[in-house]
Amino acid sequence: MKICVLCNKNKAILKRPKTSQQICKECFYYVFETEIHHTIVDNKLFKPGDRIAIAASGGKDSTVLAYVIKLLNNRYNYGLNLFLLSVDEGITGYRDDSLETVKRNQQQYDLPLEIVSYRQLYGWSMDEIVKEVGLKNNCTFCGVFRRQALDRGAMLLNVDHIITGHNADDIAETVLMNILRGDIARLQRCTEIVTTGDERIKRSKPFKYTYEKEIVMYAYFKKLDYFSTECVYSPNAYRGYARTFLKDLESIRPSTIIDIIHSGEAFQIKQDVKLPTQGTCKRCGYMSSNELCKACILLEGLNRGLPKLGIGKTNRMRKIHGDMPDNTSTIQHLDTLKNEANNNKCKDLLKWSTKTTPTAVTQEMHGGRYASRSAINVLLQTDSEICSMWYQPY
Amino acid sequence: MSLKVKLSFSGGMELLFNNNKSAEVKIPASINPPNPTNMQDLIFWIRDNLLKERPGLFISENTVRPGILVLINETDWELEGELDYEIKDGDDIVFISTLHGG
Ligand SMILES: [Zn+2]
Ligand SMILES: [Zn+2]
Repeated sequence: MKICVLCNKNKAILKRPKTSQQICKECFYYVFETEIHHTIVDNKLFKPGDRIAIAASGGKDSTVLAYVIKLLNNRYNYGLNLFLLSVDEGITGYRDDSLETVKRNQQQYDLPLEIVSYRQLYGWSMDEIVKEVGLKNNCTFCGVFRRQALDRGAMLLNVDHIITGHNADDIAETVLMNILRGDIARLQRCTEIVTTGDERIKRSKPFKYTYEKEIVMYAYFKKLDYFSTECVYSPNAYRGYARTFLKDLESIRPSTIIDIIHSGEAFQIKQDVKLPTQGTCKRCGYMSSNELCKACILLEGLNRGLPKLGIGKTNRMRKIHGDMPDNTSTIQHLDTLKNEANNNKCKDLLKWSTKTTPTAVTQEMHGGRYASRSAINVLLQTDSEICSMWYQPY
Repeated sequence: MSLKVKLSFSGGMELLFNNNKSAEVKIPASINPPNPTNMQDLIFWIRDNLLKERPGLFISENTVRPGILVLINETDWELEGELDYEIKDGDDIVFISTLHGG
């Protein structure tokens, strides 16, 4: 029997890939959780009062993330309001099952859950898209649509920040892929622990330095409920090769994972490399470096029966088929979504304000970032028509 | 002489085994006489007797494919000698894939 090198008392149950230390179950929980806490503190990921959406797929990483962040929030009083945010791509036999897991997690962890679906946002489920485009470019549609779906869900929840379960192995794999593809812009971004997407919604990766092996072991020993089936449409062959290569390297030298992340971080873009400037999509308001965002072009292609429109030869396709007819349906404009989100927030606050004292409301308003003094006074009259009035930047 | 062993498959591994998450099996005490049955023998035994599809997703170069975690009686097999570990009657062995989405 091997004894834990940290407490010198209990039976060791795990060899840590990062350090090769052999440690017991209790010490494993402690170091696993504490290292994530340090990542959060060292990188100043959160501040008190932040509203944080955990991107929840029902898989191992996001399930452990939800569990650990909730635990650390209580243990260290981060003062976070936590939400689960899931995307329903509409994939029978895959996402419907994994969403059941997320719904159980919602109960188990007692966190509010928001689900945004492709069907509702774009009018197309992935099952329908695959019927239209086949199995060749479906992952392009899914990836582009998911990113925007998460941002839109975050806006509906009025959150400032989305955290994702990307772990050290995932990031090392992405570094490798970006090198193999020569994608310098992404290479630099992919190792960043925090990035800012549209509408200043932050995205961060608290598991950036956490090994996949330890996440899976943690889930196993804690008996966390997660879903693990491969997407029925996925086989992303390129990523699959990168992953196998990385796992082979890791089995020979476990520090490979962190070493690759460090290599990715060390790549610097020379000053004269031009990065695209960000604007907004004129059709849906989402961030885009072109006139139209990728999601809008892909959706237009689907709706016009020209699925190739967004893949490769957009300009040539446009020349042949002309501009989008007026009656084609498009993604709801972000301004509309923002109004909807504001109204929801107003309604919540109004409901709450009738149950509390004017002083508490004033404190809440000043603690929050939005209301002006006059708006608070109006709010106190609990007149729902003033919603749009008080919801103004402070 | 045979050994009773409990096997479990999770993290997506079960898909290679007809969706069976666990199995109680009896294996010979010495698959390769005169040596006692070890993990290496057990892995091949599983491939030959239980695996339903895609052996390449279970075995690679005489061991489990990198990315599959193995626990022997609730302990990381890397602390138990990995392939050289000698199976004992009543052992509880768990295979977990880490290769499926997060
Ligand atoms: Zn210990
Ligand atoms: Zn757009």
